[in-house]
Parts: sequence; structure tokens; C-alpha cells
Amino acid sequence: MSLLSVRDLTVRFGSSAPPVVDGIGFSVPAGGALGIVGESGSGKSMTSLAIMGLLPPGASRTGTVFFDGQELTALSERKMREVRGNRIAMVFQDPLSSLNPYYTVGTQIAEAYRSHRSGVGRRAARQVAIEAMERVHIKEAGRRVDDYPHQFSGGMRQRVMIAMALSTEPELIIADEPTTALDVTVQAQILDLLAEVRRDTGAALILITHDLAVVSEVADNVVVMRHGNVVETGSTEQIFSDPREAYTQALLDAVPRIDDEIASLRSLGGDL
Amino acid sequence: MTRYVVHRVAGMLLVLFLVCLFTYIIFFVLSPDPAVQICGKNCTPDRIDQIRANLGLDQPFLTQFLQFLQGLFVGRDYGSGASVVHCPAPCLGYSFQTSQIVTDMIMQRLPVTAVVAIGAAVLWLLAGVIGGLISAVREGKFADRFIAGLTLGGMSIPNYVLALALQYVFVVKLQWLPFPQAVPFADDPAQWFLNFILPWTVLAIGYASSYTRLTRANVLDTLGENFVRTAKAKGLRPDLVWRRHALRPALTPIVTIAGMDFAGLLGGALITETVFGINGVGKLAADSITKNDQPVIMAVTLLAAFFVVVGNMAVDLLYSAIDPRVRVGMGT
Repeated sequence: MSLLSVRDLTVRFGSSAPPVVDGIGFSVPAGGALGIVGESGSGKSMTSLAIMGLLPPGASRTGTVFFDGQELTALSERKMREVRGNRIAMVFQDPLSSLNPYYTVGTQIAEAYRSHRSGVGRRAARQVAIEAMERVHIKEAGRRVDDYPHQFSGGMRQRVMIAMALSTEPELIIADEPTTALDVTVQAQILDLLAEVRRDTGAALILITHDLAVVSEVADNVVVMRHGNVVETGSTEQIFSDPREAYTQALLDAVPRIDDEIASLRSLGGDL
Repeated sequence: MTRYVVHRVAGMLLVLFLVCLFTYIIFFVLSPDPAVQICGKNCTPDRIDQIRANLGLDQPFLTQFLQFLQGLFVGRDYGSGASVVHCPAPCLGYSFQTSQIVTDMIMQRLPVTAVVAIGAAVLWLLAGVIGGLISAVREGKFADRFIAGLTLGGMSIPNYVLALALQYVFVVKLQWLPFPQAVPFADDPAQWFLNFILPWTVLAIGYASSYTRLTRANVLDTLGENFVRTAKAKGLRPDLVWRRHALRPALTPIVTIAGMDFAGLLGGALITETVFGINGVGKLAADSITKNDQPVIMAVTLLAAFFVVVGNMAVDLLYSAIDPRVRVGMGT
């Protein structure tokens, strides 16, 4: 029985425009890790926002999303709020703009926790925030809890975002390009952290990225998307060693290798 | 932080000094000889010389200017011998027209101007923020367009037209408001309050219009911010998303701009005060300009500059208190 199962999910802007996500389906088992890869514009981020019910104004979705036996697509907005940030948490691409500059990181982490646990006082929530920050290896969490986002480095900010996500002990974490805005050296640390969080908490993970290397490190299964469609689905091992679709092969070929003999980078062809 | 404040105060004093210098040059060097005006029709060259000596106008420019500064900080004496008159600090000189101490004239009128400015600021902040919020929430809908139309009108119509039109409609035609009479607050609070309704409204309409637009733009910008999406993804209630994550960042710049506009108004609302016959700093400025009463013009200019400079600094300090990113002296 899968934790999350997406069926025939379609997202479109307006009724006449072609859909940006076109009837896709996939599932994630409890504790599993799914990578969704594709070029920019392939519909990966819209897929994650559609699952969360956070599509931008003007976008509409059809299809069904089942989460732990519940049909999310049929929930009222109020019921959906109980799922968001509580049972499914998100980590976004750019941690600086995703954190509110006016509040301390502790306040922002505690805010997620307090809105889902009734009767939690300020002090208890602050303690939860400190513990969450410790779990993502932010040093001196007890002091830094009162710092503002701009006082953290990029990697540390993303750790704060992850701390915020795991503070409510969600069953699923959706990370949308969590390493894209970060330095290469920091990227690996954040991926290790996500893997560690998953191992320790048993939370399932959906990792959305354009970077195949990222997927190969973290995910058990991979969904390859293009133009809003699923091109190929399979285990990470199979996708990397024996891709069935030409597009997946092209995507793999576009990754530069240090032992590559070619002089120039391969492109995917210009359809975007 | 202390260093920052010291730095700012020093800069502020420099600006005020330069304003002093340039206003002094403009009014005392470039405008017609005040002694001739004071002397009137039956004038003799001796009399003019005497007046000039009494006012210190026979001195070289630099001496005059230094005397003016001296007057500002420690007070100064006018005339010589037995007829000496002392003007205590901050001395802005004597009015050529009424021979009153200019500082006293301003101090008498400042409270009324403050009442005008405070009432208008309350009105325009309320109207601007509420109008802007409605516009933002109903973006593209009828209410938004209707408010956009109102603000366009509010920003386009000159204050003197609006003032005269409102006075004509509400005082003369409809007689909803009594004809303005200067009464002290203690004597007749109701009449006092009714006197100010139109001036407040006239002043507020222009500001409220631009504040509405500013609020609308800021709120819509903020709603598109990634951190608002984060707040929604946390499962926060919509009212909390609005209050904490949309309104605070959106309204902060408005509060600070309001501070500066308010400070500017403390220097006197020239047109509005004149039209409604309010005896404030603005009317004093208008009167003294028509009578070429230079010390008063000079004083009013300095006062306005003083409020703008102080207001600017207050807003900067306030901003650093509200927005953690501009908090000075904090390491990152």
C-alpha cells in the first residue's frame, strides 16, 4: 500500500491552453524516496504544488491524489490545511526568499509546529524549534534560534527550511529543487541531510530536481518528466543503467562526466 | 548603533546649516532692501540708514549671517545704546511688519498646524491602507477599478480647487458644516472640531490616493513572495498568512513614508490653511510672502527644513527597528 498515489493528475492554466501537467501518475511507498526529474518547464514543480493544493491563481487541477488512504483532491481547504506542513511538508528551492525576513528562524519553525499542535505554548514551541535545528546540525541552535534568515548562509538557511519541515514529523517531505540555489559543496551536505532525515524519521521523500546526480544519490525510484508527461518510471538503478526511453538516455548523456572524451557538452535539443 | 546615530545627527546638522546659509543668501542678499519697505512713504536717507543699522543690515553679509546663527543658538541684541532689545535663543529675528519676535509668532501657530497635520495623517493612513487592502483583495474586480478611479481623481485635483469646492458644497450650499470661526478648543470643542473636518479631508485626499496605490502594489507584491507560499505550505490559517506574512512586509514601507510626509506637513500646509483661514504656520508663510516679511519667511523655511530632516532621521531609525535586515551594527 503506497503512502502517496497520484492518478491522472492534470494541471492547466485556463481552459484552452495545453495542460502543463498532462494526466500523470506515480506512487510513493511509506518511507520511500522518489525522484522526479526533468528539464525546467517539464511540470515537476506544478506537480508538487498540485499535490499540496497550492497552485497559483488561474491554475486548475483534475485527477486524484491519495495520501494514506485519504483523497486529498476531495478535501475541503480546512482539512487540507491540516495536512499541509503537518503530514506533508515542503522544502523549496530558494531558502532566502522562502523565509520571511521579518521573523527569526525560531519563530518561523515554531509557527509551523504551533499551527498543528493545539495548546502548545511559546516556550515549548521554541524548544521544538531548537531541537529541530539541532537535528539538522545547526551549531549553537539555542542561540541561533533567535537569529534572522539574513544572518545565515545559504546552506544554513536550507537547513532551517528542512528543520521547519521536519518539526511536525511529517510522513512525506516534498523537496522542490532543494539544492539548486546552493554552492556545489553545500549541495552534497544538504542531500546527505535529507537522506539522514529520511532514515531517522522514516518520512517518505519526493525529490524534484533537474539534476540527475542528485537523484542518483537519494532516490529509490525515478519518474522522468517531459512536457507535462511521464516519459519513464523505474527504479533508480534501472533508469541509470538501462534507460528504456530515448529521452531518458539523452538526459543521462547531457550530464557531463569527468572521464568523458567529448569536448563539448551535449544539449537536449531546443524545444524550450 | 550609537555611531550610526551620531553620524546621522552630524549629517542632519550639516544639512540644516546649508539650508540656513542658502535661505539667508536668497532672502537677505537677493531680495529688495527691507529698510526701504519699513520706512514707508515719507522716508529720508537718514531714516533708512538708521533702520538698517537697527536691523544690522549695514553689516557685511558674513557678519549678518554669523549674527543670525548666534541668535539661533545663544540669542542676540538688536540696536545700540539705550534702545537695545534682546532677542533670546532660538532667535529668528523680528518681523518687519509687526515687530513681534518671529520665534513667538511661530510657536503660537505651530499647535494649529500640528492639529491639521495629525488629523490629516490619521485620515489618509486609514483611508489609504484600507482602500489599498480592498483593492489588493479584489484585484481586477469592480471594487479595485472603482478605487483606482477615485485615487486617480484624488491625485489629480489640486488642493485649492478641492478646498474651495468642498467649502462651497458643504458650508455654503448644504450647510452641513458651520462657517469656520476661530475658536479655542476649550470654549467650543464641537465648533473647533467641525472647523477642521474640511482641512483634514482636503489634505488627506491627495495623500490617501497615493497611499492606496502604494498599499495595493505592496500587498500584491508581497503575496507573490516565496515566503508567503512557505507560510501556506506550513498549513497556516489564511488570516495568519495575511497578518504575519503579507501585511507586515507590505505595510512597513508605508509607515515610514507616512512619517516623512507627516514631518513635511508640520512645516505648514500653505494652500489649505490659507483657503480655510486657519492661523497656522502655512498661513503665516503665505502672509509673510505677500508682505515680503523676510525674517518670517526665513524662519518658516528653516522650520520646514528642520521637520523634514528630523522626520527623515526618525524614519530611518524607526525602519531599523522594524526591519531586522537594516538593523545597524549587527553582524551577519
